[in-house]
Amino acid sequence: MRRLAPLVGALSLLAGAAPTLVLAEPPPAPDRPLPDAAQEARARALFTDIRCVVCQHESIADSPAGIAADMRRLVREEIAEGKSDQAVRQDLVRRYGDYILFQPPVRAGTWLLWFGPFALVLGAGAVFVWRARRRRVEVQPLTADEERALAQLTAEPDETESLSPRS
Amino acid sequence: MAARDRRSPAKQREPQPVIVELGAFALILALVLAALTTVLATAGRWRLSPVLAGAGGGALIASAAATALAFAALIYAFAVSDFSVSNVALNSHTDKPMLYKVAAAWGSHEGSLVLWCLVMTGFGGALALARGLPFGLKTSGVAVQGALSTMFLAFAVFTSNPFARLDPAPVQGASLNPLLQDPALAFHPPLLYAGYVGFSVCFSLAVAALIEKRVDPAWGRWVRPWALASWAFLTVGILLGSFWAYYELGWGGWWFWDPVENASFMPWLAGAALLHSAIVTERRGALAGWTVFLAILAFTFSMLGAFLVRSGVLTSVHAFAVDPQRGMMLLAILGVAAGAAFLLFALRAPAIRSGAAFAPISREGALVLNNLFLTAAAATVLLGTLYPLILEGISGATISVGPPYFNATFVPLLVVACLILPAGPLLAWKRGDLKGALQRLWLAAGLALMAAFAAFALFEPKKALAAAGLGVGSWLIFGALAELATRTKAFRAPLAETLRRAKGLPLGAWGMTLAHAGLGVFILGAVVETSYKAEAAAAVPLGGVVSSGPWRVRLDAVEVIEGPNYLAEQGRLTVMPVSGGAVERVVTAERRFFPAGGQTTTEVGLDFRGLDDVYVVMGERAATESNEQAWTVRVYYNPWARLIFLGPLIMALGGVLSLLDRRLRVGAGTRKKTVEARA
Repeated sequence: MRRLAPLVGALSLLAGAAPTLVLAEPPPAPDRPLPDAAQEARARALFTDIRCVVCQHESIADSPAGIAADMRRLVREEIAEGKSDQAVRQDLVRRYGDYILFQPPVRAGTWLLWFGPFALVLGAGAVFVWRARRRRVEVQPLTADEERALAQLTAEPDETESLSPRS
Repeated sequence: MAARDRRSPAKQREPQPVIVELGAFALILALVLAALTTVLATAGRWRLSPVLAGAGGGALIASAAATALAFAALIYAFAVSDFSVSNVALNSHTDKPMLYKVAAAWGSHEGSLVLWCLVMTGFGGALALARGLPFGLKTSGVAVQGALSTMFLAFAVFTSNPFARLDPAPVQGASLNPLLQDPALAFHPPLLYAGYVGFSVCFSLAVAALIEKRVDPAWGRWVRPWALASWAFLTVGILLGSFWAYYELGWGGWWFWDPVENASFMPWLAGAALLHSAIVTERRGALAGWTVFLAILAFTFSMLGAFLVRSGVLTSVHAFAVDPQRGMMLLAILGVAAGAAFLLFALRAPAIRSGAAFAPISREGALVLNNLFLTAAAATVLLGTLYPLILEGISGATISVGPPYFNATFVPLLVVACLILPAGPLLAWKRGDLKGALQRLWLAAGLALMAAFAAFALFEPKKALAAAGLGVGSWLIFGALAELATRTKAFRAPLAETLRRAKGLPLGAWGMTLAHAGLGVFILGAVVETSYKAEAAAAVPLGGVVSSGPWRVRLDAVEVIEGPNYLAEQGRLTVMPVSGGAVERVVTAERRFFPAGGQTTTEVGLDFRGLDDVYVVMGERAATESNEQAWTVRVYYNPWARLIFLGPLIMALGGVLSLLDRRLRVGAGTRKKTVEARA
């Protein structure tokens, strides 16, 4: 039924019966920012880290869902009460689990996640350095013949260039 | 039902059922021809018969033609709204504009799979037509490409038939998700797929080289144009998707580290690494095994991406066509193709000759570092995308991996890579002169530092990290310019000499300079937008004002308008500067309601102000405190947002320029250019 409501509204609008667009649910009240600018900034920074529980990979800062608005209000209330960011996060995790934060916790199960990339760079870098050391480039002076051959090779392109100037 | 009667029935042509049947037949034919390709090319390679091998190539070209026919028939079915085809009934609607009827042909799972097969067989046909490749490599490559095409076409024919019929046919379709009815998104999938699937040719050439036991500099040169083309397509494809998300989802974000975005980003990173390592293989014969590995990896990431997106194992804002059973099929294809390729790699890689030795400080060394960081970045994205799945599978614990994780891991890796980047092109092959390279870069480094300090002084509020980020972006741009100046002897030789040199520079050199500078441009945009964007929302009555950053936006009028397949509340708003100076401009923003699916979307009002965007969203109706009629208006000020989309375009342009380089056209006079570039 909820899905039908806007349709009815839209159709009645087309028929000219109602001049306004009727919407399915009462829209959530627009967010009331906290009076203190610093607190509001903290709240907004937190919003981007908190996952909307009914959406697909959206933070409550971005989500238009009603529950996201509720969660924003909750976070603002907690900040207004004077809780630290960390305390707000902990509250959320207690209530919803680790899932609620876009920043995964650092614990034994997530070491690979957090340190894997850096371990990879260090490990692969070490292997590269080790291999480079093992086969050092041996530089020997060129023999006279080789010098002559090299001079010939490097001289060649200029000649061809002067013979056939590019347009 | 008033809406239905208003449509003029004359425009609706009677669908021709035979065309759809032809399409279904053509798709099966394409499958048979792809299978035939593999058999013929394998036999041709085995018996060293050019006739059989040529027939194999011909079969792949014919398979491409048949797939194209099937795709055309599918587009036809959508264009005439033939609802007896269930795919059309589920994804289209007669009221939709023609562009979106056609685009719906690749908006569904079945249709996009046909597009995937079309790109795969099409690129395979191009491989079969390519000149200058040795018999063995080309024939084996065609055989592998045929085998890949067979698997994906079989998947399309047996589990995702795009031409399946509905009886009785419904009178009206369920329509395409209105979010997808957007010009950027109409062209996003074809470009994205051209990139994704283009890597299949690199994959096939890599497997072929392993079969032939021949990975040499020439192979590096043959694989590079395919990698360049795919990478450039993928860059533009991702860009369009990102731009769509930016203005269609209606909250001003352009990258969310969302699983589906990550799925397209992994092949991009692997492809970028492949581009660079193929240079080393081509020019120095080194890193041959690693280049083969990357060629296999890039397309493996493409297949992984297709699996992640289509199977629905990951939740995402972009997942629109999801089916778990088909996901299993895709996983099986992924396992067979990638498993076989990596097994072959493990068996044959130790025998690949390692090529010319080089000192750690050298062009090769710099490119190895590039590959190290790009691969680590790809691994980070892979970890971040799959970890929640794996962890939940193993321990049942659910976690979310989002922007904070990638900011802490991916971004530092990228920063280090960018710091090293400008030195690379200035180092000589084999053994470079780091001091000499740095001497050429001191001016660029000085300018970048100045840019960082200037940013710290000028931008409010002061943010040290953002200023450093701006320094990194400037470093890339100035570094690219310094490299160009070195090559053309700018400021050190007479202007005529510089111009002559600039004219003589190979296109590949211009391509590299552009691509590197483009990355810098992107970083500038990304840093400024992320650090200094401002947002405001308020319920305002007519005449009310919302301020965000240096802009004020006034709601002038709201009217209800009727689109082809939607109704909308359209707000007319005036964007004004807070403190004078700039002209006022009027934008319109809409909130659209699509009766066919019962969905609501927003069309943002975008006011382009130089590099900045003023981004206006019309929200729900609301009431002010005095109970006046009001609308929620959101205003986002996105400084330098233009650069976020300009940068990747420049990068893709660089890729295209490199692709046009004579050197990559096999058989063209290669020596002359090469020597000149090094001079």
